[in-house]
Amino acid sequence: MTGPVLSYLGETRLELGPLDGVEPTGNWRVATDAAGITWLGLDKAGSGTNTISEDVLRELADHVERIETKRPRAVVIRSTKSSGFAAGADIGGFSDLEAGGAEELLRQGHDVLDRIERLPCPTVAVIHGQALGGGFELALACDRRILITGGAVGFPEVRLGLHPGLGGTFRLTGLIDPTEAMSLMLTGKTAHAGKARKLGIVDVVTEERHVAAAVETFAQGDAPDRATGWKARAMNLKQGRQLAARQMRSKTAKQAPQDHFPAPHALIDLWEEYGDDPNAMQKAEIASFARLLEGDTAQNLIRVFFLNQSLKAAGRGDSGISRVHVTGAGPMGRDIAAWAAIKGHHVTLGDVDASALGAAVKSSRRTCEGAHLSPAQTRDALDRLMPDPRGYGVPRADLVIEAGPEDPDLKAKIHADLVARMKPNAILASNTSSLGLASLADALPSPQRFAGLHFFNPVPKMQLVEVVSHDRTDADVTDRLAAFCGTLGKLPARVRDYPGFLVNRALTPYLMEAMMLVDEGVDKETVDGAAIRFGMPMGPVTLADQIGLDICLHVAESLRANLDKPMAEIPGWLREKVDKGETGRKAGKGFYDWSQGTPEPGDAPEGPADLTDRLILPILDACVECLRRDVATDEDQVDGAMIFATGFAPFRGGPMHYARTRGTGEVKARLEALAEAHGNRFAPDDGWSSID
Amino acid sequence: MTGFPVYLVDGARTPFIKARGAPGPFTPVDLSVQCGRPLLTRQPFPREALDLVILGCVNVIADEMNPARVAALRLGLGAQTVSFTTQINCGSGMQSIDTAYRYIRDGSHDMILAGGAEALSHTPLVLREEAVEWYAGMGRAKGPVDMARQMTGLRPDFLKPVIGLERGLTDPITELNMGQTAEILAHRFGIDRTTADTYAMESHHRLAKAQSEGWLDGEVEPAFDDDGHTHETDDGVRPDSDLASLAKLKPAFEKPYGKVTPGNASQITDGASWTILASEAAVERHGLTPLARIVDSEWAALDPAIMGLGPVMSSTPIARRHGLSADDVDLWEINEAFAAQVLACLAAWEDADFCREILDLDGAFGRIDRDRLNIDGGAISLGHPVGTSGNRIVLHLANALRRTGGRRGIATECIGGGQGGAMLLEAVT
Repeated sequence: MTGPVLSYLGETRLELGPLDGVEPTGNWRVATDAAGITWLGLDKAGSGTNTISEDVLRELADHVERIETKRPRAVVIRSTKSSGFAAGADIGGFSDLEAGGAEELLRQGHDVLDRIERLPCPTVAVIHGQALGGGFELALACDRRILITGGAVGFPEVRLGLHPGLGGTFRLTGLIDPTEAMSLMLTGKTAHAGKARKLGIVDVVTEERHVAAAVETFAQGDAPDRATGWKARAMNLKQGRQLAARQMRSKTAKQAPQDHFPAPHALIDLWEEYGDDPNAMQKAEIASFARLLEGDTAQNLIRVFFLNQSLKAAGRGDSGISRVHVTGAGPMGRDIAAWAAIKGHHVTLGDVDASALGAAVKSSRRTCEGAHLSPAQTRDALDRLMPDPRGYGVPRADLVIEAGPEDPDLKAKIHADLVARMKPNAILASNTSSLGLASLADALPSPQRFAGLHFFNPVPKMQLVEVVSHDRTDADVTDRLAAFCGTLGKLPARVRDYPGFLVNRALTPYLMEAMMLVDEGVDKETVDGAAIRFGMPMGPVTLADQIGLDICLHVAESLRANLDKPMAEIPGWLREKVDKGETGRKAGKGFYDWSQGTPEPGDAPEGPADLTDRLILPILDACVECLRRDVATDEDQVDGAMIFATGFAPFRGGPMHYARTRGTGEVKARLEALAEAHGNRFAPDDGWSSID
Repeated sequence: MTGFPVYLVDGARTPFIKARGAPGPFTPVDLSVQCGRPLLTRQPFPREALDLVILGCVNVIADEMNPARVAALRLGLGAQTVSFTTQINCGSGMQSIDTAYRYIRDGSHDMILAGGAEALSHTPLVLREEAVEWYAGMGRAKGPVDMARQMTGLRPDFLKPVIGLERGLTDPITELNMGQTAEILAHRFGIDRTTADTYAMESHHRLAKAQSEGWLDGEVEPAFDDDGHTHETDDGVRPDSDLASLAKLKPAFEKPYGKVTPGNASQITDGASWTILASEAAVERHGLTPLARIVDSEWAALDPAIMGLGPVMSSTPIARRHGLSADDVDLWEINEAFAAQVLACLAAWEDADFCREILDLDGAFGRIDRDRLNIDGGAISLGHPVGTSGNRIVLHLANALRRTGGRRGIATECIGGGQGGAMLLEAVT
């Protein structure tokens, strides 16, 4: 809500010192001010965001060489882009490095950073926005770090199956309490201003308007006293590190088992072995990083990074949507409304039940707190979210999202009431997860402005949203809906109307097979354990409880009724369970007892040998079917959707990538064998023959 | 009156929420946002079309200096919308409308959001003067010896704060509580306890009927607090109020003989109200349907000890200017600060000597029938959030004229400190 005056002046103005008006040569802008301080401004060519690419480092080496001879009073390194300091290494660059190429590139990078560290004058990094990965490592090579309020630093490498590779492992453990440093690198979490200052990662946190004064103070000052506390000294002893490493390993193993995620374990080994010898640790870091980069996990997680980027790209553009009306204040409707308000939209939330709207306000406040909003931000988000029992928002809304009960007649009635009052160009989107859109569209006067907008539960956490078109949806409408998802920070997957759309079509056989296995007498813990060992974030039985057994049952019945494929039988006792009200997490009891919070499936006996394939391969088969029927665009979209909607083992690169890794022929053969042993529901889709 | 015509086009308020001994769920600005959002959302014009925000508020809380501005920004009106707060004690919410009315009448503004907000349950505890001085001394103390000397000045009663509301409802000139000024009027105009209690009972019955008939829908918009509670209606109403239970209540201000009880006085509540005022040009541009035209307004002042006659002092000049007798005014909203005070106003208008001597009329102004006065209840049944009430009575008068098909109405209130405000509305046909 910036007014015209502040818009003209700009909310912030970067302090660029002598760089103001200096044109970049290559990726850097360089100038020395009257006080003899040389400023190096990173301004990566042809990009809105700085990354630490091979070119950036090579040019930096040239600039450092000149500084070595000219001997300025001090050196400042900062980004001249408003988007932040630097987002890390250029992942596009190093994902296609030849074997051995990585080590050579890393050695060159290490050499530049070492030389910055050895400069005799004070060196100061000024960080606004984020300094991540390689960007953070560049800042760590400086003597001092000034962090602008609101900024953050971090090492997200573990999320790509890697650990820091440009000196981060030994520089951060040398700078601050090593256990804190290891924890940052092992979790991949960013440290925001307050935490970065408290841990001693940055010397000062200040505003952009005080950068010049802060730089001058550091230019006059002595080199920092890197005093090491008792804890750091204890970690200089190998026994101390061994003890700490043991704790780190057991904690890490829970989150990231070594078989699937080797990087954090390699990092712990590195520190345990060389934590008192920076030179040795530097050599080992390079070797370990290069080894990880070649491994499957890193390659697949880098793939996931690019899947994320390409889904994100599908959400760019102008949605033309600022006012949103959500109708239905149930758990999904209210979370969608709250999330849209948090992201800056003006949202009205309608429901005939005023007390449900009250409950929605309360839950929205919790959502704001969960999203780490400050009290003032929470107030603003809740101000933008207006409970609307009389539906005043309907005629004003650019987008109306219907999140009513999954009953086609009721939905048709709600839709009719809405479209009668909506403005001419507004879009009506249904959050249905199990009803066919085409038949809902039949009842509407303007089916071309009707589509599906399928959010996943819990809305604040799940990144994917299916933007579902039926045969009459305008392309412009799906474009606008995808762009709307972009404004929510969500990843849109454009799919076509089909029973279960893409995600539920692929996930339901997995959940139903789990029910079959339980029906056959396999322990639910055994079923869940197999899925977790495969790499799923939770087992299918736990997931079914979490989704709600009533919803699972509804989706399964709808798929059985609408697909011309054999599906697993729905056990009668599942219906009884739902009828008894044991619907899972929301009821406190489903398969598991949720009354004390999330259950932790304990150890369980090994299941049948084909257990994992029985669970996972039906997902793959359904994905192939969706591709054959053009429900999804391509294999990458399927993989991205399944990972970001269901958490499908990310280090396997997605279901289609997994099928290709195993060999599509082999997967097809396994399905045939399973069909032989367990029934026709495993019969491979015709689509297998057309992919190779 | 010369100048451009001014229309009241719409308005909405929160339910009035009874203060229950602890700060309520909403601050004055929260309340303004709660009713402002639905009001603005149901308009056909964008928020930028409003060129000024005026909010009446008496008890401003420390976090919301100039609550009009804070409310305007939280309502999404944009950084460039000028917003100010008005204060004339119990008339503040009408003063905001009057100020807006005059700006539009003069042609300087087109469309103004004018409201009132008050959260009496948030009235701060006030430290005793001596305690404030002691704290200041501690702050100035240099070094531990000085600090220790200061410490010895601490007295236990410093920690016993005074309730700000009590002070706010006491006139500082006469040192009379507002209830005491009503006792004076009851005595001078011969209002007995039963007449006052009967009036109070009817107030509750009228509000209860208005609520159940749906006559307040749209005027009252539900408010939703952070703890998940939905406040749908004025919660101080007692539909089953009867004379026997009212008779049991003890005098609140002048024990043991007084006539003013908690039952026949206005309730202490939190609430906010907004109205939208527009010029003819704005009405046409945005295709609005006015509720009423604001024809005239007046403020008057008199001795603080008999502030309750403020409606008589401020309304009569309007009636004279327009040549209106008591009967020519179809509906009256006289804010019910106290039953005895409203009844004293009616008695004054029927008193030929009073009207000749004080109001410069030829004889008695006349009798105002109860079926034209506060027809849907008032502050006794729904409460009196001081800065809001003046706004509420104007808004309700406009809605009530429309519902009953009345042509003219006057909304008026007494004002602590010895003043009165009045506004004449005319139905738009």
